[in-house]
Amino acid sequence: MNRFTLIWRNLWRKPIRTVFTMLAILVVFFLFTLLEGLRIAFSLSDVGPAAEERLLSSHKVSLIMMLPVAYESRIARLGGIEAVSHGTWFGARYQDNPEFAQYPVVAEQYLALNPEIKLDEEQRQAWLGNRMGAIVGRPVANQYGWEVGDRVPLKSSIWTRNNGSDVWEFDIEGIFDDTDAGMNAGVVLFHYDYFDEARAFGKGTVGWYVSKGDGSVPLNELMDSIDAEFANSPAETKTNTEAAFAQEYAQQFGNIGLIVTLILAAVVFMILLVTGHTMAQSVRERIHEMGVLKTLGFTSGSIFGLTVVEGLLLVLPVGILAMALGWGALALVAGFMGAMFPAGLHIGTYSIVLGLALMLAISLGSVLPPVIRALRLDIVALLRTS
Amino acid sequence: MFGWLTQTAALSALNLRSLPRRPGTAAVAMSGIAALTGVFAGVLSMASGFEKTMEGTGQEDVALVLRSGSTAELNSRFDGEQANVIRFAPGIARDAAGEPEVSAELFWIVNAVGKSSGTEANVALRGIQPNGYSLRNNYRLAEGREFTPGRFELIVGRGARNQFVGLEPGQTIRFGKTEWLVTGMFETGGSVFESELWCDVNVLQSAYQLGNGFQVVRARVDGPDGRLRLEEALGDDQRLSVDVWSEKQFYSDQAEDTAALITTIGLPVSVLMGIGAVFAALNAMYASIAARARELATLRAVGFGSFPTALATLLESVVLAFLGGVLGCAIAWFALNGFQASTLAASFSQVVFNFAVTPDLLARGIVAALIVGLVGGIFPAVRAATAQVTAALREL
Repeated sequence: MNRFTLIWRNLWRKPIRTVFTMLAILVVFFLFTLLEGLRIAFSLSDVGPAAEERLLSSHKVSLIMMLPVAYESRIARLGGIEAVSHGTWFGARYQDNPEFAQYPVVAEQYLALNPEIKLDEEQRQAWLGNRMGAIVGRPVANQYGWEVGDRVPLKSSIWTRNNGSDVWEFDIEGIFDDTDAGMNAGVVLFHYDYFDEARAFGKGTVGWYVSKGDGSVPLNELMDSIDAEFANSPAETKTNTEAAFAQEYAQQFGNIGLIVTLILAAVVFMILLVTGHTMAQSVRERIHEMGVLKTLGFTSGSIFGLTVVEGLLLVLPVGILAMALGWGALALVAGFMGAMFPAGLHIGTYSIVLGLALMLAISLGSVLPPVIRALRLDIVALLRTS
Repeated sequence: MFGWLTQTAALSALNLRSLPRRPGTAAVAMSGIAALTGVFAGVLSMASGFEKTMEGTGQEDVALVLRSGSTAELNSRFDGEQANVIRFAPGIARDAAGEPEVSAELFWIVNAVGKSSGTEANVALRGIQPNGYSLRNNYRLAEGREFTPGRFELIVGRGARNQFVGLEPGQTIRFGKTEWLVTGMFETGGSVFESELWCDVNVLQSAYQLGNGFQVVRARVDGPDGRLRLEEALGDDQRLSVDVWSEKQFYSDQAEDTAALITTIGLPVSVLMGIGAVFAALNAMYASIAARARELATLRAVGFGSFPTALATLLESVVLAFLGGVLGCAIAWFALNGFQASTLAASFSQVVFNFAVTPDLLARGIVAALIVGLVGGIFPAVRAATAQVTAALREL
């Protein structure tokens, strides 16, 4: 009988208790993973590296106000700007599904500025060649079952057409992947020319500009120079990195994120208490046996080791399994709701580290105090405990 | 015949009175369940508070005319001429002077800094006409004075004032190029309008070069069939392409998405937490009967039956669950009830609402706790009743 057998037998000495403790740990870390995934999705804190480099200029007064399309050439002329493009919120839904993101863009310009959009060359050419053509992020295409060649109607809640209708038709010419899993992952992109000509109002305006520096000017100076260019004009701009813009927008959901965090804290508190208590109790129950082990020649150090390893064995495998299951569940949910979570639902390194730290805290926090207290006693005192 | 009943009562009394001697077990079972109930009530109080705000908005006898297809005021628009056509359409109530009770309005978004977040958020700046006040039945000026038509002045809703920086009556606030004087604060019985800033619609038109455009026409309808008559008349008019909404319906529709989102996240989370709490309670109860194995065996040796023993154990679990549930509800109530929050709503602007921990929610929380207590107690109860008396007595 080696040490591992000893640990293993000890772990299962009260199988019901062990199973229930493990199940509780399983449920809680599963939940922890789901909530972390949601928190990250709603905070838009992970929009990919490209979004840190690109600048987004919107109307200073309010997101709903439009900017003249003529700003494009003025931004392009500024020192330090490598490329500029624009987008507009189209605000449409497909059938009865919730509204999702579609932007009318100048195709080649937008693709050049967003290299993380990976589109098949053949599909790219087809899109450029079709006025009514659109390309769509894979998660959305999957959710709605769109395929290349389909003609899909989208109903815009903002833009009406010259003929009074708010239903716009597009030919799906391509399905792309966003290698950053960022802001573009679930968007429908279509031609600005088609949009501008057909819309009933607001002609010659765009929602925002996206630009990229050539590296000769620091980003914050570049932001200032864009905003300075349009200062005191009827439409002043506010420029920020795409990533900062996304986070500021996410802040607007405000307290929802806070609530998710509070739930997380409650969940963690509960598990710490419950499993901690049970595990500590199980250690206390065998103080007598520790005396026996010592009599047999086990050192305090090895008894300590045995107990700690048992504690870790109870928590870690199940905890890690739970996080893996949670990960799978997140992927599954994101798959069904591609338009809502185009960038997928996932947890970050921070979540994994936090999860592992919690597992260690639970196992060590509950096992260490009683075992340390027990090992301070001598053999006789240990054996005397019943 | 009622022997088992007296036995159960005696055993339960014994169990419950000995609880303080087992504080650890009791605390563990209770706090697990308290956490469950607290989260359950907390999450749902957010959804119910948001819904309460949205559903408390709007009146049955007020119609909202929006551009056809618009699901939010923000996306609607029409010109002054169209607004006039609507103003004099049939089905709209007239006031004492014979004028239609109509307010053609603009719903604009400006940026204000949130007090708690410190970042900019979308706040609704609504331009109204004089009838705009009376079209909200519960409108009341709570502080200062109303804005003067024609001036860059505005009044702020109570919720907006609480949540955003710089909206105290007497202060001026800058949106883009224009500076506005806050002249007063209003209330509308806790409805969505309290999240808004109101000004003269003509001033708003000129501030943002909106010409003679409007986004929504609000009208009091004349009698129960007024809205229908208005809808028919506007539907027949070639100059218009509009939808006519009941104001009440409009706002409860807007509430749906956000409340559904909170509930779709909150309910599965509560169920999962409930399952976790069941395991915790099971462990606690098994530990409790294990600790008293000899005591229970002694009792059975002196003549207490197994059914009363089981029942008493189950009862202990349920009592602990109930106490935990009450604790969780109390925490949710004191920490969250009336807590003011705001979120980006379907209107693309911030809606301020109060968490509402309603009696209904509390009751549901307690029921959830009791279910956990029952499920968590039933197996240990069976164990307590079926343990071999002689073996148990020999243990330890």
